[in-house]
Amino acid sequence: MYSHLTVGVLALQGDFERHLFRLSLLNANAREVRALPDLEGLDGLIIPGGESTTMNLLLDRFGMRSKLQELCRQKGVWGTCAGMIMLAQEVDDERVKPLQVIDISVKRNAYGRQVDSFHTEVRAELNGKPSLLSASFIRAPIVSRVGKGVKILSEHNGKPILLIQNNCLVSSFHTELDEDLTLTKYYLENLVSVFK
Amino acid sequence: MNLEDKDYRLRVGLAEMLKGGVIMDVTCAEQAKIAEQSGAAAVMALERVPADIRAEGGVARMADPSIIEAIKNAVSIPVMAKCRIGHFAEAEVLEALKVDFIDESEVLTPADYQYHIDKWRFRVPFVCGCRNLGEALRRISEGAALIRTKGEAGTGDVSEAVKHLREINAAMKRLTVMSEEELFGAAKELAAPIELVRLVARTGKLPVPNFAAGGVATPADAALVMKLGAEAVFVGSGIFKSSNPDRRAVAIVTAVAQFNDPKVVAECSRGLGEAMKGISAAQIPQENLLQVR
Repeated sequence: MYSHLTVGVLALQGDFERHLFRLSLLNANAREVRALPDLEGLDGLIIPGGESTTMNLLLDRFGMRSKLQELCRQKGVWGTCAGMIMLAQEVDDERVKPLQVIDISVKRNAYGRQVDSFHTEVRAELNGKPSLLSASFIRAPIVSRVGKGVKILSEHNGKPILLIQNNCLVSSFHTELDEDLTLTKYYLENLVSVFK
Repeated sequence: MNLEDKDYRLRVGLAEMLKGGVIMDVTCAEQAKIAEQSGAAAVMALERVPADIRAEGGVARMADPSIIEAIKNAVSIPVMAKCRIGHFAEAEVLEALKVDFIDESEVLTPADYQYHIDKWRFRVPFVCGCRNLGEALRRISEGAALIRTKGEAGTGDVSEAVKHLREINAAMKRLTVMSEEELFGAAKELAAPIELVRLVARTGKLPVPNFAAGGVATPADAALVMKLGAEAVFVGSGIFKSSNPDRRAVAIVTAVAQFNDPKVVAECSRGLGEAMKGISAAQIPQENLLQVR
């Protein structure tokens, strides 16, 4: 169905395999991004969950930051959890230097530690239609400021959890851990296809 | 046992987040910071690293809560801690301290030689060590959200971790070509639930992430276990028992992230100073092995 789209998943550290698996279920051409040459020829990029401190250090160690940043400003990108932190404009923690692709500020691990992680269903407004998403919040970040050009697609307990600005989608939660393909499809159709 | 339980999936979810990363043993806030600055995906808070436990002997127990608290306050990455096998009261303490993961570990002196902890009762995820597929599946049936090899901790000798990884891989491969009747026989031999044996036979892999631990001391050791199918690496004594922990920590993180690129592993292996001296696992008398616990 999406075999004409080549989507990279940043695989320096984190749950990249779950994203690759979801993409393959939709027949997208999915591949790991571990080094600079892997960024060539991509129609889109997912930055997965994991540790943002680790990803931040490795991007610089492997000389990938500027090329990745360039890609994130042109192609359809999606950041989940740590990926959202990486794509934000501002982070509350000097250990992470974000890529500044979407105009939001985020607080790391703001829901608490692992014992505070939770699973729930959230309502989202996707393509003008109400959708129900299966959402896992794992040591999740919180969006503390939303810039003017950013649209909130979903909230949980009054906090924005799914946001979009042009070619950039971010979610503070994971859907790739469950069977739910809704958000992956939305990303391929509304971001990767559009900014190809 | 319900592997589809939402809360269990959440615990396995954190294990998924650690993939491709290095989890480092640390004994104080300062070491934890070095670990985080090197790119560690998590730290394991403990009182003594396995090499010291091995050298000093005595009963090894859960770390003092003040050490765990200090480490939690020092870093933003997940903090794990070890409890003794079967010591569910230590596990409850660790859960109350809000550690992110509990390692029910053979490195500490077992509290119960007959039973492991019923890990389904906990909200915090558990990782358990194993030497073979039967052990791995039994620990999963008890609720472990993550499996690691036991290796032989505190030796700096990677051969036992290699043995355990190969053992598990081979056993999983064998299951994939078995008929239903044969799977019943295999379940009996593995002493593991038939549902889990069937699941592995169908998918060819464990239903939870599978990491390596025990004896990893160099970047090439880390690359080796990754190439053998480990999805992340625990490093115990290997870093802080070496002559230059800061550089070695960075190098091992680099090698795990780029394990398939020998040029990168070569580059990061340069000039690290002395690795931990270690001891050959083959020279340790059977009664002193940690992995048989």
